[in-house]
Amino acid sequence: MVAKTIAGKTVEVNEEGFMINPNEWTEEIAVEIAKEEGIPELTAEHWKIINFCRQSAGASGKAPTLRQITVGTGVSTKELFALFPKGPAKKVARIAGLGKPEGCV
Amino acid sequence: MSDERKIAFICSKGTLDMALPALVMGWAALGNGIDVTIFFTFWGLDIINKHRVDHLEIAPVANTSMKMSMMGIPGNLGIPNIVGILPGMTAFATKLMKDKMKALEVPPVREYLQMLVDAGAKLYACKMSVDMMGLTKDDFVEGVIDIVTAGDFMDMTEGAQIVFI
Repeated sequence: MVAKTIAGKTVEVNEEGFMINPNEWTEEIAVEIAKEEGIPELTAEHWKIINFCRQSAGASGKAPTLRQITVGTGVSTKELFALFPKGPAKKVARIAGLGKPEGCV
Repeated sequence: MSDERKIAFICSKGTLDMALPALVMGWAALGNGIDVTIFFTFWGLDIINKHRVDHLEIAPVANTSMKMSMMGIPGNLGIPNIVGILPGMTAFATKLMKDKMKALEVPPVREYLQMLVDAGAKLYACKMSVDMMGLTKDDFVEGVIDIVTAGDFMDMTEGAQIVFI
């Protein structure tokens, strides 16, 4: 566990870079982490997915899996992989300030 | 991060239980940004055969891991082979497994394959098996890129980790 300053705010992240406390997350932090992940700008479509993940994790305590995201948002698999290229599973969870998704589907 | 990691699966079996490993691991790999190629050979062609993909089955005969506990009977009681040979037992075991998968939100094989294709997995059918079974590209689900030889597969998976199922 290490403290990291993102978008001017100090938050705790684990060794893989996932935030420990989802309540420390802000939209500004999401924008910064997205840049680290190679996504220069978060569009409305990105936010639709991030907001769904936040809500889903708020209810279940766990970051949703990719399939839960596509089923829950109506965003297709193709779009999801285009919005968060090269490994959306961890990218989405990191940007949304959540832990690594625990499910397999 | 894992920009260069590549993984290739060879699917050689067409039973429901043997169809899932490549789908589950392939999906996990794609989610982690790993390049995925799947080569379907021999009985594994059933997985991409559009007439068969919805009818993959699991037989209880000689399946020592399939215990009665799947049906809620506690302990390690097996399904006697003589019961397994009764008409309808394979369909029964298949339904049991499909219900359990559904409860875990695992999509049916056809939909799972489509998810993998949409996420960028490259699917190929083995030429020798296709010729042996008298199939053509029209027999396969959408997303199967081509029918290729074993040599082609070796060329296209250079540097990949290969998993044989």
